[in-house]
Amino acid sequence: MSVRAGALALQGDFREHIAMLKRLGVEAVPVRSAAELETVDALVVPGGESTTIGRLARIYGLIEPLRARIEAGMPTLGTCAGMIFLAAATTGPEQPQLGVLDAVVERNAFGRQVDSFESELDVAGFDEPVRAVFIRAPWIAKLGSGVEVLAVVEDAAGDDPRPVFVRQGNVLATSFHPELIDDTRIHEMLIAMAREG
Amino acid sequence: MPQPNAERRHGTDLVKRGLAEMLKGGVIMDVVDAEQARIAEEAGAVAVMALERVPADIRAAGGVARMADPTKVEEIISAVSIPVMAKARIGHFVEAQVLEALGVDYIDESEVLTPVDDNHIDKRGFTVPFVCGARDLGEALRRVGEGAAMIRTKGEPGTGNVVEAVKHMRLMNAQIRRLTTLDRNELMGAAKELRAPHDLVEEVAATGVLPVVNFAAGGIATPADAALMMQLGCDGVFVGSGIFKSGDPSVRARAIVEATTYYSDPDKIAKVSRNLGEAMVGINIDTLEPQDRMQDRGL
Repeated sequence: MSVRAGALALQGDFREHIAMLKRLGVEAVPVRSAAELETVDALVVPGGESTTIGRLARIYGLIEPLRARIEAGMPTLGTCAGMIFLAAATTGPEQPQLGVLDAVVERNAFGRQVDSFESELDVAGFDEPVRAVFIRAPWIAKLGSGVEVLAVVEDAAGDDPRPVFVRQGNVLATSFHPELIDDTRIHEMLIAMAREG
Repeated sequence: MPQPNAERRHGTDLVKRGLAEMLKGGVIMDVVDAEQARIAEEAGAVAVMALERVPADIRAAGGVARMADPTKVEEIISAVSIPVMAKARIGHFVEAQVLEALGVDYIDESEVLTPVDDNHIDKRGFTVPFVCGARDLGEALRRVGEGAAMIRTKGEPGTGNVVEAVKHMRLMNAQIRRLTTLDRNELMGAAKELRAPHDLVEEVAATGVLPVVNFAAGGIATPADAALMMQLGCDGVFVGSGIFKSGDPSVRARAIVEATTYYSDPDKIAKVSRNLGEAMVGINIDTLEPQDRMQDRGL
């Protein structure tokens, strides 16, 4: 089936996601309203500032429509801020979240920008590692039972593996930014889910 | 289970430019204390710029403007969860070292402060990324050549008058368009004309875009100003004096954030532009004496 994918375009690097989706041969459009959301079969929630994205989503009445579509099975990928927005809660102060990913995320888990980094990351099911870019990135501090862990990194002490790529049914979430590198494998997972219907 | 032990590379171009990518479509607001920082975050700012004084007050005060007091920067860092930027004087690499040590997320090597050198900082040696101002493509590419991971128009800071930012953005767009029409043999001549590194001129000629994110800055005071700069092709917006020098900062900050997201939707811009209270008092650029033009510093 032909897939029409959307990228939530309230703030962040949605253009990079759209470019990557187009490279995979699918139609890809920005989504800024509930009406635009209705036209897509799959969704990316991009990197950006999760507080900004959450606030705009709330003001413009997108929280409930997004939650409804994702809960009804729309394949969805959240990267970095996107992971935070999809999750149930953060370890910090309350902010608008969708709660479609059964996880508690810790924001800025690696520290400030000087602690941001890139690294080769092994991912379950991938033959070659991913060049993963972590930018003021979150990780998952607490995970629900139905969530599958696809990649982990060590915390500062080096002994506690933290999930940075997870899947729960139709929801994929990464702490890092597959849209910033020349590697389409994670976006292919999203499109494959959409094609399976 | 996958093995998580690969080496971590900090401060690479990808990591530095990547944070700017995450700020796109957003508004970065000047703040002078923790309370303003919280108002900015609550209004939906993607980052704050920690300052001793906003540009309009620097302009009014005169004298030498320097990096903010570390206590002030730390107070702002601990008040918010969004990235915190801070300004260093052009060429003052020790102020930059101090700001990096304080944990700021981006350094603005800024003409708003008083320059200390005709040379800019060699930004490649830092782990923290830098944003620099530019009035044209040559200036932007010189800064990228020195290691800037993000560019902004210079505009004319602290005036509440967006005319200079518009001028800079139009010029940059025109110069980029022109490069894409040139033959390879003409690119060294273009580099000479622009006074820009040849490899970066070749890159822009091939891609048709700047190698880094480009925000609007200087004189943005209203939601329509922000949307104007977005429609001209900027990736996002800095608002300096425009918010906290206005009658109702919180309401104006929210309105500018919303206009930056829905920049191509006049109905939404109209809606958020209603009843914002007093905008900051503006300054006409042609009344400025040459020595008061901040954009002419550090070319």
